[in-house]
Order: sequence, then C-alpha cells, then structure tokens
Amino acid sequence: MKILVCISNVPDTTSKINFVDSNTKFDTQGVQFIINPNDEFGLTRAVWLQQKQQAEVTVLTVGDASCEPTLRKCLAIGADKAIRVDADPTDGYFVAKQIAAVCEKESYDLIIAGRESIDHNGAMVPGLVAGMLDYEYITNCISLEIENDQATAAREIDGGKEIVTSGFPLVIGAQKGLVEESDLIIPNMRGIMQARKKPLEVMAANDADASSTVVSFDKPAPKGEVKLIDAGDIDTLIDLLHNEAKVI
Amino acid sequence: MAVVIYTETENGSFKKVAFEIASYGKALADQTGQKLVAVTFNQEDGSALGTYGVDEVVNVTGSFASSFSAKKYAAALAQVASEKEASLVVVSSSANSKYLAPLLAVKLSATYTSNVVALPESIEPLTLKRTCYTSKALSMVSSNQSVNIIGLSSNAFGIIETQSSPSQSSIAAEEASSSMQISAVEKVTGVITIADADIVVSGGRGLKGPENWHLIEDLAATLGAATACSKPVSDMGWRPHSEHVGQTGKPVASNLYIAIGVSGAIQHLAGINSSKVKVVINIDPEAPFFKAADYGIVGDAFEVLPALIEKLKAFKAA
Ligand SMILES: Cc1cc2nc3c(=O)[nH]c(=O)nc-3n(C[C@H](O)[C@H](O)[C@H](O)COP(=O)(O)OP(=O)(O)OC[C@H]3O[C@@H](n4cnc5c(N)ncnc54)[C@H](O)[C@@H]3O)c2cc1C
Repeated sequence: MKILVCISNVPDTTSKINFVDSNTKFDTQGVQFIINPNDEFGLTRAVWLQQKQQAEVTVLTVGDASCEPTLRKCLAIGADKAIRVDADPTDGYFVAKQIAAVCEKESYDLIIAGRESIDHNGAMVPGLVAGMLDYEYITNCISLEIENDQATAAREIDGGKEIVTSGFPLVIGAQKGLVEESDLIIPNMRGIMQARKKPLEVMAANDADASSTVVSFDKPAPKGEVKLIDAGDIDTLIDLLHNEAKVI
Repeated sequence: MAVVIYTETENGSFKKVAFEIASYGKALADQTGQKLVAVTFNQEDGSALGTYGVDEVVNVTGSFASSFSAKKYAAALAQVASEKEASLVVVSSSANSKYLAPLLAVKLSATYTSNVVALPESIEPLTLKRTCYTSKALSMVSSNQSVNIIGLSSNAFGIIETQSSPSQSSIAAEEASSSMQISAVEKVTGVITIADADIVVSGGRGLKGPENWHLIEDLAATLGAATACSKPVSDMGWRPHSEHVGQTGKPVASNLYIAIGVSGAIQHLAGINSSKVKVVINIDPEAPFFKAADYGIVGDAFEVLPALIEKLKAFKAA
C-alpha cells in the first residue's frame, strides 16, 4: 500500500498575525513554522498504518525551500520519503492541482490531507484532489481502519458521527480523533538522524493557474473594553444581554 | 442565468442555515439581476423558502437523495447548476456543505471560496471578503474563474425575510457511482449542535471536573444553547471531542458565546472570535479572555452559575 500525506507548512498557533507589502503578504518575521495540526494527526495515523500494513508513506508539500525543515520533521516522525513541489502555494486550487499531478504519476492508494489548514482555512485541498482524480473522499475523519481492500472510517457530522466503508483509492480529510493529541510522535535523536538520510525529492511545478488571488489582508477591528459586571449583580448582566446586546 | 443555493434539510424540515443561505442568495440575486433557485434533496415541500425570496425550488428525487453523500449530492447540484446556467452557487459552512463544495467546484470548473462573511465587493471579477488565520485576519480574494461557489460563514449575514411564491419542481438527477457506503449513524437527538446554535455555552478546566458539567448543561438548556468546551477538557475525556472548540477544534460563530472557567488562550480565542457577543466568567481578573470579551464577571463559577441559571429561568418565564 502506498500512502501520500499532504503537508502544509503553517505559522505556529501562537504567532502574531501581521501583514507586509501594503497588506498583501503574511509577515514571516520572527514566526516559527510547524506542520499544520490537522496534517500531523493524519501523518501519525499514516505512520501507524505503515507498520501495520507494510505501507510506504510519502509526505508532500508545495512550497519553496523554507518548507524543508517541516518535511524533515515529517521524515523524523516516520515518513519514508518526501516530495517538495517547488512553487509558491498561491491558493488551494493550485496546490490541489500539484498534488493531483503527482498522484497521477505515482498512484497512491490512500491520500491524507488535513481537513483544513490553520492559515488559509480553505478546507478544500483534500476535496479538490478527490474531485480532480475522481477518488472516494471522506473528510472530518475521526477514525480509519483498513482491512483487506476496504477502509472503515468515521466522519464527524454536526451532532454525531457517521461510519462509512469505502474502497480505494481514497482521500481522507484528517483532524483530531484520527489519532489523539497524546499519540502525536515527538521525533527522537535516532529519528532525526535517519531523517537526514531519507530522500527528499524536489519536483518542478506542474503548469496550472491559481483559481483566485488574494487582493489584500486585513485584521479585525480592535475590540472595545470589556464591560465588567459585579458577581452579585446578575440582573445587570441579563439586562445588558437583553437590551443592549439583544442576544437573549 | 440564476443564483443557485443548496438549502439543507433534516427530517423533512429546513435547517436554520438554509434560511440564511436563502437570504444571502436573494441579496446576491438582486445585486446581479438574476433569479434565485434553491436545490433541495428529498424534500417534497419547499414552500417555506418563499419567506426568503426564493423564486424556484428544484427538489432532487431518487433513492440516493434520501441520505447525504457528498459525491452524489455534488453531482446532482452540478447538474442543476449547469441546467440553470448558474455562475454563482451558494452553500453554507455546515459539515456537509464544506464536504461537498470542493467536489462541486471540480464538477463546475468553479472557484470555491469558503468562510465568506459578506456580499461580494465586486461581481466582475468576483471579489469576496473571508476570514483566515482562524479568524485572526480577513482577506479580500478575487476569483479568476467565471463560475463561483460561495461558502457563507454561519451567522455572518443573518436571516432576512422577503416574501415570494416559489415555483416547485422535481428532478430525477443522475446518481454518481461510488464504492462508499454508510454503515451507521450515531447522532445525539434533542440537543442543539454547535454548528446550528445561536448561543454556545462553553466550559474550561476551571470547572474542575466532568461531575460539575450539569451547571453548563443547565445554563445551556435554559438559553436553548449548545454546549462546548476547551481543548484540555476534551483531551482529558471530561467531554466528547465533538464539543472541543478553537483553532484545532470546531469554529464557533454564534450570536452569543459564554465562556466559563476558560482562560482565553490564543488558540481558544482564534476559533471563537467570529461570535458576535462574548461573555466571560472567570475567577481570575487577569485571565486573557477578559481582553476578548464584551461582558465579564470576575467570580467563582460555582457561585455565579447557580445564580445566573435561576435568574435566567425567571427572565425566560416572564
Ligand atoms: C497547537 C495547539 C493547539 C491548540 N488548540 C486549542 C483549541 O483548539 N482550543 C482550545 O481551547 N485550546 C487549544 N489549545 C490549548 C490552549 O493553549 C490552552 O491550553 C487551553 O485553551 C486552556 O484551556 P482552559 O482555558 O480550559 O484551561 P486553563 O488555561 O487551565 O484555564 C482555566 C481557567 O479557569 C479559571 N478558573 C479556575 N477556577 C475557577 C472557578 N472556580 N470559577 C471560574 N473560573 C475558574 C482560571 O482562572 C483559568 O483562567 C491549543 C494548544 C496548542 C499548543
């Protein structure tokens, strides 16, 4: 079995979000980049499957050379090899096109991508890849088991979950639940040493146009001061919520 | 030419979000001088959409229409959108809408823009305002394609009534082939989900343990609200994962978000920032949540909550 895990290189969750170049570009000054959390849940599941199914796990990212430490971390976590498609990941459509092009050459059985990234929040890459390749697709995936030629997965739905079975090839939109937070693998020295020797292939980008362009970024208007209400004065809170905020 | 909207139903009734999508679709149809066509699945009676300005309801029938499949629903929606020569399709931010939207985008060779918070800034090219960086920022995005799918953020536009008398028809859309099968659905009934809620009551580690959650549940029941929690609370198994909100959990965009015993870590706030009004109850006046909230009470949850529940019950009864 061949598994591809798509990795997005995103600002750490505590990063200050600022923009430069007349608010057209994210300010990377002093920002640390990490594996997108949803992707990391997916990668961890893939590493488990690698052991159980004798699967080969490839990680892929679309980005410039600054993404390589993130790919090396994925290799240290346990992926067998890495691919970097050398291009600016302009939008979700462009990224999906690149992933689909690699998949057409390599024919993976299982493709895992985070259900959404914490920077663009597009929530579209795994779905677009599935659509472009006409593969089966399960997103918001909170469990995945593989037996013979069939996958059994749970999808989180509003208010519960749905258990589905599917054939391959299959695209998964990963999130927490696929593995737990405590299952995430912190690379050890041996893993880090091995990762240096594992293959990291740089591929030229496929010809594709982005389907959208960011014109500008903006930050939400700063909040006014909080109105503090005395703990003994619940009536005032209720009055404010009813008459001022009009939410109850 | 038409604006096509996907209006979701459950057990024969429209979900609230369908009415918001219709309200937005109506404004968009007016802005572009087109008619508004709603697509439903296995919903015989679409007349409720006549309160929100829908001109035509197309109901997809056939055996597959009775249970959601992203692939099959996307194919059917694409069929209707193509027949109506739609250049604008609007879907919600529900789990199902976000599931099918990228598949629909591929079928229609369309650009899909999610988390949209307002009507377009311009139509040619279509330019939309959306949230990004988990609501820590906004971006203005312009589309490079002529067909577009707009994913509207919940509660971003609101519900606006416009009377119309929609014509209703049904279509036996082609069923897309898929090896996927639903083997079971586990769904809590009778509780309001975070996605559908106007009000969300959220508890953090400050509540000390799962045995105290009856306070959160009582408050939520009194307000008709959904219950939510911080990440450590779900990680420790005090509450189910489905209640975890924040940057790595569910996003919340309710009208009112009440956080109790939640410190207000940056990752928590990122996911709930789109809520309109935020209330914090925390024993520590230095808790970061006070900087993000509209209203706050510095106090012990175990004293404030019983009083709040009692007073709210009286307020609701009055
Ligand atoms: C990569 C990453 C992703 C993350 N994603 C998320 C996420 O999606 N969602 C999320 O929530 N967190 C997330 N976190 C965790 C986040 O950083 C915080 O640790 C977490 O939100 C804290 O949860 P809490 O507020 O319940 O607990 P604490 O920070 O422990 O806060 C408890 C609060 O309760 C108050 N308190 C104590 N006793 C009382 C009382 N009797 N009455 C009233 N108040 C009381 C305290 O003053 C304190 O402010 C993430 C962290 C990382 C590193």
